[in-house]
Amino acid sequence: MAAILTVLALVAGLAAGAAHAQQYDPGASDTEIRIGNINPYSGPASAYGIIGKTVAAYFDKVNAEGGINGRKITFISYDDAYSPPKAFEQARRLVERDEVLFIFQSLGTPSNTAIHAYMNRMKVPQLFVATGATKWGDPENFPWTMGWQPNYQSEGRIYAKYILANHPDARIGVLYQNDDYGRDLLKGLVDGLGGKLSIAAEAPYETSDATVDSQVINLKAAGVDVFVNIATPKFAAQAIRKIADLEWHPVHILNTVSQSVGGVLEPAGLENATGILSTAYFKDPTDPRWRDDPAFREWSAFMDTYFPDGDKTSSYTVYAYAVTQSLVRVLEQCGDDLTRENVMRQAANLKDLEIGMLLPGITINTSPTDYFPIQQMQMMRFNGRSWELIGEVMEAEIGG
Amino acid sequence: MELLTLQILAGVATGAIYACMALAIVMIYQAIDHLNFAQGEMATFSTFVAWQLLQWGTPYWMAFAATVALSFAGGVAIERALFRPMRDAPVLAHIVLFIALFAILNSLTGFIWDFTIRSFPSPFGTGSLAGNGLVSAHSAGMVGVTGAMLAMLYLFFRHTRLGLAMRAAAANPDSARLVGIRVDRMIALGWGMAAAVGAVAGMMIAPVVFLEPNMMLAILVYGFAGAVLGGLTSPFGAVAGGFAVGVIENLAGSFIPYIGQELRLTIALGVIVAVLMVRPSGLFGVSVTTRV
Amino acid sequence: MVRKELTAPMSQTVSGADQAMPPSWQRWSVALLVIAASVLPFAVAPFVLFQVTVALTYAIAILGLNLLTGFNGQFSLGHSTFYAIGAYTAAILIGSGSIDYYWTIPIAGAVCFAFGFLFGLPALRLDGIYLALATFALAIATPQILKLTPVEPWTGGVQGLVVERPAPPSWVPLDADQWLYFVTAATGLLLAWTAINLVDSRSGRAMIAIRDHPIAARAMGINVALYKTLAFGTSALYAGIGGALSAMTVQFVAPDSFTFVLAIGLFVGMVVGGVGSVWGALPGGLFLLFVPNMAETVSKGLAGAVYGVILILVIYLMPSGVAGMVRLAARKLVAMRRSHGNG
Repeated sequence: MAAILTVLALVAGLAAGAAHAQQYDPGASDTEIRIGNINPYSGPASAYGIIGKTVAAYFDKVNAEGGINGRKITFISYDDAYSPPKAFEQARRLVERDEVLFIFQSLGTPSNTAIHAYMNRMKVPQLFVATGATKWGDPENFPWTMGWQPNYQSEGRIYAKYILANHPDARIGVLYQNDDYGRDLLKGLVDGLGGKLSIAAEAPYETSDATVDSQVINLKAAGVDVFVNIATPKFAAQAIRKIADLEWHPVHILNTVSQSVGGVLEPAGLENATGILSTAYFKDPTDPRWRDDPAFREWSAFMDTYFPDGDKTSSYTVYAYAVTQSLVRVLEQCGDDLTRENVMRQAANLKDLEIGMLLPGITINTSPTDYFPIQQMQMMRFNGRSWELIGEVMEAEIGG
Repeated sequence: MELLTLQILAGVATGAIYACMALAIVMIYQAIDHLNFAQGEMATFSTFVAWQLLQWGTPYWMAFAATVALSFAGGVAIERALFRPMRDAPVLAHIVLFIALFAILNSLTGFIWDFTIRSFPSPFGTGSLAGNGLVSAHSAGMVGVTGAMLAMLYLFFRHTRLGLAMRAAAANPDSARLVGIRVDRMIALGWGMAAAVGAVAGMMIAPVVFLEPNMMLAILVYGFAGAVLGGLTSPFGAVAGGFAVGVIENLAGSFIPYIGQELRLTIALGVIVAVLMVRPSGLFGVSVTTRV
Repeated sequence: MVRKELTAPMSQTVSGADQAMPPSWQRWSVALLVIAASVLPFAVAPFVLFQVTVALTYAIAILGLNLLTGFNGQFSLGHSTFYAIGAYTAAILIGSGSIDYYWTIPIAGAVCFAFGFLFGLPALRLDGIYLALATFALAIATPQILKLTPVEPWTGGVQGLVVERPAPPSWVPLDADQWLYFVTAATGLLLAWTAINLVDSRSGRAMIAIRDHPIAARAMGINVALYKTLAFGTSALYAGIGGALSAMTVQFVAPDSFTFVLAIGLFVGMVVGGVGSVWGALPGGLFLLFVPNMAETVSKGLAGAVYGVILILVIYLMPSGVAGMVRLAARKLVAMRRSHGNG
């Protein structure tokens, strides 16, 4: 009897094995998945290098726990120093020499623009790019490129919604970085206001400026009472401090790039930052409300074990953790069909995916015509110690 | 308060930053007849050292003094180790050495202390000098410190034997040697002093712009502009030039319509080129004539 | 203040062709180089070929810089500007679709010549360190100028411009990477040949005279102002052609592609290759592309520091650059042969 059962089991197993179609593109095999990445570890944007490091640490954890469907991740990350020609060279190296299956979380709009056409021509996924530029969600023209975070225009629109609802007579002033990121956010804000309100004063700055004090003074002189701060950490902090120095108390909206408590608000002065508004789509690591949250605990344990040098007050580490978890889910969904086409197909087929460190109520959704995985955010206010969520989760879809 | 006045005051405040930097640049130029492109990175590194000392609980003024002393020593060490062996190499090779120093310091700073911004305390507090935030106490303090450094350097160079010896060594090393001046020592001393001045500049600037490894990149250019405007041979001119650049840049940024804010760096470039064309020795510098 | 000599003593000879190296040796080395360059595309992977092509565009720009600094004695830390102008010119022209790719190269060169000449005019009044500063400021301001809103319709602003890669003509059995390599290499060869002839001509000797003794040159009747501005223009022309070719190779131009880091890199490449040597541009360009990569493999976190250390070692061991090293070696070999013949 036992012999017959064993034979039956064997046959069943063999049949199942035959039905399993294992398909591989370069970069994937029975034992390995090679993932490429381009990050600025040096140069003007090197503050974001921590994202690449966190991603690498997370893959260490994945490998320690057995890999994905039994395959280990080989994560190859190169520095592009935020220079587009260098990014292009690194992309070609990853695809042609290192033969990665796809490139994940390449960072920076100029770098991603440089490799955009090449990746699509070579039909290699440029997945979950680390920039919020709106142009990455264009499946018709660039089916191999997809972003992840809420794009900047969405964010701008959410601010616009908030202002229209709460300060319908505002005189709006905008401090913005004079590059694609700053202008993208500004566009979202303007589009979201839809003509009902206009921007009273715009003050661009360059990354080569020493301080933004002059711009802040100009905005105050223009009678602005709602201050929209579209600046990267250093300049955002300078603006917060200058506003306090001038003893000015506008309604202060701060963009997500600079909302880190440890990285921006503390240097600027926690008292000065009290009352500032922003939006979020993932949990702030310094918010005491999440202390007993299981997802937070997991993240904290991950940081302690695999990335002890990492800054646990920096939201970049949470961001990197969340996006890598999303990728892992995509790869799990791929099963044994590890072709580039299937990777993209699965990435474009995420329905109500919940990732622990995203805010409750925010899920990831994609489809072949919707390449914007996250489009929801929630407003929050800084109370002097941490960010407090206010209101409800808001939608801000482009084209709507 | 009138916008113009506010912008001028803000310009003076930023100008104080540039003036500090310009002073350090001119200092080393006087000592070694070269422009040190790595000046900013040396200052940043020094400021991080100070920050680290503060993190370990050292009281501010002790950390300040220790950093200045360490920077002095560091400047001398760099000169001895890196530039002394290449003393007779062509100018171009020297410039490459400056570039190498820049790359090494920048990378080292980022590696040791990473790239997130940090606040750096000001010994003058965070209050404002005159009521409603027109002039911050720190800006006023910074101006004061720059002025004090300037005065000390002036006294040193004009009224001490050592200062005279340094000037002689820089102006005409061969003749100076003949008179018994240890030119090598003077050059090393010059490097040390420049590094020390740079450290002070860094510790004054960091409270305003926040401390991070790339802090000095942009400021260096404006510092050069100020030094050129005022005259590379005149420390006083450099300081004045720094203030001037700060004010010009702020006013141009605020009052040129439409693209003013986008043009700040271009304006600094314009200042440099214009001054160099019209009066290369700068407003306060001394022009050098060569006899054929 | 005593000014030090601008360049290493070795570059007193013209065109980098030292009398110590017999002409037949020179011919052989050039022939070998051409053969190696022709075989390369079929021996290496497309990715490496791409890297070499980019290195060649750098080499062309470095050659231009060398004409200005090495042979004419005018410092420039701002050649990234002309490289950028050439690249953008090519990008805009190709994007407009009205001109064949290959015409964009000479046009970019001409545009840059004009800009270089114009910048050379105020540069006449500047000397040594002051000129270095002025050109450095130019290099730093270039990305900002490229981003200006008024010129955005042409330059694409911060987003930059995507450039279509030229396809090889149908009758040529090469793929796009190889074709682009040959176009770049051929252009580089032509420009090098032109440079050598230029330096060996009367104008070249005038340029060198201006470098070594400007006052004596003027006393001899050389129109110093004219030659200096022409040198600036020509040097910018070379850099512009390098830039145009790089736009086609990298297929993208953006303000962030042309920062002062590139200007410094070109300068370093010139010194490493050998100031005052035409062929030195080649090792200079290769250094600029490959050494930062090597530094990154040594240590990702300290890549910049490793690069700096390599730079210091190179300067210490080869103060006259690679070309100087080669010359020294050749001289020793010739001397050895001579002594063998004698004893």
